Amino acid sequence: MTEKPKRILVIGSGPIVIGQAAEFDYAGTQACKSLREEGVETILVNSNPATIMTDEDVADFVYIEPLTVPVITRIIEREQPDALLPTLGGQTGLNLAVELAEAGVLEKYGVQLLGSSVDSIKKAEDRQLFRELLTDIGEPTPPSFVVNSYEEATEAKNTIGLPVVIRPAYTLGGTGGGIAKDDDDFIEIVKSGLSASPIHQVLVEKSIVGWKELEYEVMRDGSDNCITICNMENIDPMGVHTGDSIVVAPSQTLSDNEYQMLRTASLKIIRKLGIEGGCNVQFALAPGNVVAETLPDAGRIGPSYYVIEVNPRVSRSSALASKATGYPIARVAAKVAIGMTLDEIQNAVTQRTVAAFEPALDYCVVKIPRWPFDKFPSGERTLGTQMKATGEVMAIDRTFEAAFQKAVRSLEITNRSIEWEDPSWFSNEESVLNNLPIYPNDQRLWALLAGLRRNVSPDELSRRTGIDPWFTRSFSRIIAMERTIESNDLSYDLLRKAKRLGFTDQRIGELVNQSAKDIRKLRKRLNIKPVYKMVDTCAAEFEAQTPYFYSTYETENEAEPLQGKRALVLGSGPIRIGQGIEFDYCSVHAAWALQEEGVKSILVNSNPETVSTDFDTSDRLYFEPLDEESIFDIIDNERLATDPEQDGNPPSIVQFGGQTAINLSQNLAKESMPILGSTAHTIDVASDRHLFEEFLRGINIPNPPGGSVSNIEEALQVANEIKYPVLVRPSYVLGGRAMEIVQTPEELQRYMGDALEAGEGRKVLIDKYFVGKEVEVDAVCDGESVLIPGIMEHVERAGVHSGDSMAIYPGLTLTKQEIATITDYTTRIGRSLNIKGLMNIQYVIVGGNTYRSPGSITEGISEYEKTEVFVIEVNPRSSRTIPFISKMTGVPMVNLAVKAMLGKKLTGMGYGTGLFPAPEIVGVKAPVFSMSKLTGVDTYLGPEMKSTGEVMGIDYNFESAISKALIAANLRLPEKGSILLSISDEDKKQSDRLIQNLVDAGYDLFATEGTASLISELGEKVVAIPKRLNEGHPNVVDIIVNGTVNAVVNTITGNGSAVQDGFHIRRAAVEKRIPCFTSIDTATAAAESLTSEGPNYNVKSMLEYIRTPQGESHNAK
Amino acid sequence: MTKKAFLVLEDGSIYPGESFGYEGEAYGEIVFNTSMTGYQEILTDPSYTGQIVVPTYPLLGNYGITSSDIESSQIQVSGFVVRQYCEEPSHTEVTGTINEYLTSQEIVGISEIDTRAVTRKIRSKGVMMGVITVNISPEQALQQLKNKPSYDEQNFVQKVTTNERYQWTESGLGYDHIADNLRILVSDYGLKYNILRILKGKGCDVEVFPSSATSNDLLAQNPDGILLSPGPGDPELLDHLVTTTEDILGKVPVMGICLGNQILAKSLGAKTYKLKFGHRGANHPVKDTASGRIYITAQNHGYSIDPESLPSDVTVTHISMNDYTVEGIRHRSLPALSIQYHSEASPGPKDNEYIFDDFIEMVKETK
Repeated sequence: MTEKPKRILVIGSGPIVIGQAAEFDYAGTQACKSLREEGVETILVNSNPATIMTDEDVADFVYIEPLTVPVITRIIEREQPDALLPTLGGQTGLNLAVELAEAGVLEKYGVQLLGSSVDSIKKAEDRQLFRELLTDIGEPTPPSFVVNSYEEATEAKNTIGLPVVIRPAYTLGGTGGGIAKDDDDFIEIVKSGLSASPIHQVLVEKSIVGWKELEYEVMRDGSDNCITICNMENIDPMGVHTGDSIVVAPSQTLSDNEYQMLRTASLKIIRKLGIEGGCNVQFALAPGNVVAETLPDAGRIGPSYYVIEVNPRVSRSSALASKATGYPIARVAAKVAIGMTLDEIQNAVTQRTVAAFEPALDYCVVKIPRWPFDKFPSGERTLGTQMKATGEVMAIDRTFEAAFQKAVRSLEITNRSIEWEDPSWFSNEESVLNNLPIYPNDQRLWALLAGLRRNVSPDELSRRTGIDPWFTRSFSRIIAMERTIESNDLSYDLLRKAKRLGFTDQRIGELVNQSAKDIRKLRKRLNIKPVYKMVDTCAAEFEAQTPYFYSTYETENEAEPLQGKRALVLGSGPIRIGQGIEFDYCSVHAAWALQEEGVKSILVNSNPETVSTDFDTSDRLYFEPLDEESIFDIIDNERLATDPEQDGNPPSIVQFGGQTAINLSQNLAKESMPILGSTAHTIDVASDRHLFEEFLRGINIPNPPGGSVSNIEEALQVANEIKYPVLVRPSYVLGGRAMEIVQTPEELQRYMGDALEAGEGRKVLIDKYFVGKEVEVDAVCDGESVLIPGIMEHVERAGVHSGDSMAIYPGLTLTKQEIATITDYTTRIGRSLNIKGLMNIQYVIVGGNTYRSPGSITEGISEYEKTEVFVIEVNPRSSRTIPFISKMTGVPMVNLAVKAMLGKKLTGMGYGTGLFPAPEIVGVKAPVFSMSKLTGVDTYLGPEMKSTGEVMGIDYNFESAISKALIAANLRLPEKGSILLSISDEDKKQSDRLIQNLVDAGYDLFATEGTASLISELGEKVVAIPKRLNEGHPNVVDIIVNGTVNAVVNTITGNGSAVQDGFHIRRAAVEKRIPCFTSIDTATAAAESLTSEGPNYNVKSMLEYIRTPQGESHNAK
Repeated sequence: MTKKAFLVLEDGSIYPGESFGYEGEAYGEIVFNTSMTGYQEILTDPSYTGQIVVPTYPLLGNYGITSSDIESSQIQVSGFVVRQYCEEPSHTEVTGTINEYLTSQEIVGISEIDTRAVTRKIRSKGVMMGVITVNISPEQALQQLKNKPSYDEQNFVQKVTTNERYQWTESGLGYDHIADNLRILVSDYGLKYNILRILKGKGCDVEVFPSSATSNDLLAQNPDGILLSPGPGDPELLDHLVTTTEDILGKVPVMGICLGNQILAKSLGAKTYKLKFGHRGANHPVKDTASGRIYITAQNHGYSIDPESLPSDVTVTHISMNDYTVEGIRHRSLPALSIQYHSEASPGPKDNEYIFDDFIEMVKETK
């Protein structure tokens, strides 16, 4: 290092996708703060607005722009950073750094690469170079061959022998890889792997499925000091992606000898790679004898371990390791990257020791992935080398059993606590074991427990799964305790033992036929309550200053209640579809806003990937499940319900954590807990169909007719009255789960059958489905006045879940009359509902054209004049669009909402009331999907949310903004090319504009039969692909697979039952990784931005966009 | 049904738990160790003689007991205090459970203890005497404890040292053969086998002598180097070892580890003092003052060298990055070096085996 850099460019990881989630917001935010502490200026670029790191005050200059080489080159040109830190933005950041270096950009502008050199990145990422490096330092790797073609792959397979693992080079979360046990698997996986790899390279490797999988998080500084932060053991053995594995930290089944052997190997590797910062090394270790019996060769010949993989950067595992140990890896990695040594960096947790040490844990940590199969029941649930989880939970306790049970609670899967069993597993009593899904899949942990409950021995389960018997025996101790509870009196000793093994009041109650409340009372009477212990990095060896705690049933409590004004912030739990990083963003801002108001913030969350669970985000952090038992215990511990008011502020609870927190606060309110903000009654009015309708009628605001029903007969009756199509959904859900548009009574009967079975007695809502323009509003209310920072219009018509819609701010095509109506309705609803805090309202505008062109609004807005605005739903809570709208307008919505909740008035906050004046900029929020990772899942847009993340494009006009949003979402149509159109009859009437735009842009059109005749009728050239899937070749899927077309538009009519061909067309496009539009509206908007000379847009920091009027600097390049 | 047991500390604090291992009473100084693995090595480390060890990691015995993870011929701790122990260990080499191991060697343990609370107590009040009791009441046990000699008054080295000299034959694996049959004598103050395995693995001819061996006994062997081993207890009680070391200094290259380091320092005229709660764990950062490099070390000591008392011809080569105490010294002119931590690891990180190379280098240079 020549000189400490003064200006550093930090690359974020972009939208949340499977394999790259909130952990990089956490890492990037911590790194920027850390660099600032050292007086370094930071320039941050990320396309994801729902991140803390893109907040104005985290970095010095924030760019919310697409993560591409041309964009970042322009940023470098403008900002002249002297260094680039690529190791905090996941694989995206790392790949971009390599591309920038290879394009000569870094050299041209004299930008130094920090953390990892291009050379080390390549050595770690390129399979062949990595193998050479390991051989060089004498570290064992499984026999393997790097190949660039199918023929080479076959040759390699013949040499190694099946089974083999196929790993594509340079992909996220193992995309496109897999394990081939036979030749059929092999052909399929090699082909998908070669296509997934940007350099068309895969590794064909000896399978070590069934071996133990271990990870080491290591850190190295420029003076070659190396430390291990944490080791982690995957409960699922080799064969399941580590992101999809249940993980425990520290390792449980390794002797010191083995622990040190792998530690030494990790340090050798990071030294050889010369990384300055964090790095993650994965190993396979020969299994113990119970499992080894079942494998042909499990380390008896050859080495007892193999090095599997290295991530030369901060990773998902580093986030987990940071939270598991308390050691802030990203913070330290950032300082190391600018040349500081580990002994120069303070241990921020103890504040008296240095960062050069290895954390000691005095607890056990369990991570369980959160998979999206509750949303995608048709998806392929088998787990393998391709990651499928959208998020994860972590739990801490003093025993494995307790930590594991807490982690299961933290998953928040409806109706699936530890005792859940699928009745179908036991349809055949003869062969319990053969029916249980104990192969790697998202239900395996419940299947294992179910087996143990039926006397399958833990060792038998280990032999069949490869899971070390230490874990299966621990599970069997949980089952043994279930039996003990069932068959004994609940004495003090027994109850305490059960709590120490992690049993919930609910579960104990079930086992003894009592309610959770009864057990809680009994516990209180017997004085059995949890204590809270600190995560201090040093196993209590030194006094620490950190506010980070977990509960456990021990004797000494370390978390004395905070004194003075304080409030509990309920977090949002694991990242899942429908409840993403946006809600963590809100929780973090809530904690900060409380602090600003002199109220100490106490945060509860179970998600290790987030900024909210960073040790310095709140005044106190409880790493706990978000369920009633744990929240009540925390309330007791903090004396929130019993302490007197302080200066008129009672200790209280706030929630911005999405549905998790809403549901919780509802139940807390019933127990008279001090909830701030909208009352439970308000929430009830908004969520209860009947109350809501009455409320709206009372203030004379229309909503689509409908009703709430609790049986099939009622449903049919309501639908008959309001006429099909109807929109159906269960009450109290987020992310449109189980929401459908239903066209016929038959469909309705089927839907009701399923919904009633799954619904926990909750009602089903039925609304008239209007085809119309969907509009969304976020507002802050103080009970008296309402501030509307912005009105967003959706590109897609109503019926597409708002989380999957592209949203435009400001609403460009809305008439003055419509805006006035929406403003009026929003204000009146907020006031009449007496909302204190945030509110999100969705409207549908019926009448006029269903597609309005935001790109050519001059076409005369008057044509829409005869329209009517209906309220679809009111959510008295934070919403997914809060970060987007806060960033677009500069109105800190959560901050204002918290102040309003604490009793301040909007009129004194400086942002006015009513509709906030829209700046002269346009923002487009686009959803991002992870469909290529989820085989078997249909990708069409509907009322059920499917996207995992979002990006934002911002500019001075619509075309530029949407271009950037599409580029960032990987949906941008190429400048020239071929496109396949297969448009539903319903949509055909509205596809003229789309076809015209495509023709004007010089596209070659391919189309299915009906669509082709439509195009011919319009007088345009088209290649018809008449053959359906089962009618020979070339058919519609062939031309996608063989690369004839570069994009697909495939729309379906409103109903949920997808046509088979359409499904295969959409899957083929997803797997080919080409843009696939399933809504005619998205496609039309995307085509509007096509120009012959390519996208035309600005690259500017957020402050420049918001503060510089268009006229002064509208000079797009 | 497990029996109730209590951990009672000198200050009167009582921690109820369950009996584990041998059922009886165990007295000793209560110390905590923050290692997350290596319990069998800790149990068999003679430096823990006279001490009741509290591992801060809550889950013990997960991989059972093996025949290879031993550092001496038997369990050396006086007692063992854990949160949870594993009755069903899983490991390829497992020969038994930790419970059976303690029971068979009549070592008293206690489980279901809030070990973090005990650790915090020791951290704030310093190490103190304690007792684990199964058969007598906590009050009686506390009474008994008052009549027991304190840890600092006892000479443990004479209890744990070998009675007879012996040749060491087991060779550690994976080492470069750099020593070419150098004849190294090890003064056994309470050594760990891994020191011998490493020296042998590097090619030394290793013979172990009882701590009672005089300088004449040692010098008569015409050794190429002498290693003063780790061991238990207060160096203040070990003047005869200091005298012996004074006599061999300058005549034969000397390396000291842990207690050996303190003895060497005392023989050079320095003083030692007792730390509040010692250093015990596998994660201790130590800075090599010459190179500025940080090494993660395994440590187990309750006493330290007073840097003020070191003569000017002795350099401090290593310091602790946790509390900046002396972790290694070297004489400027005489062939003598020593470290306070455990370069032999076992348990702990293997980053510090280079110290043995330094010693071998020094021996070669002197030869």
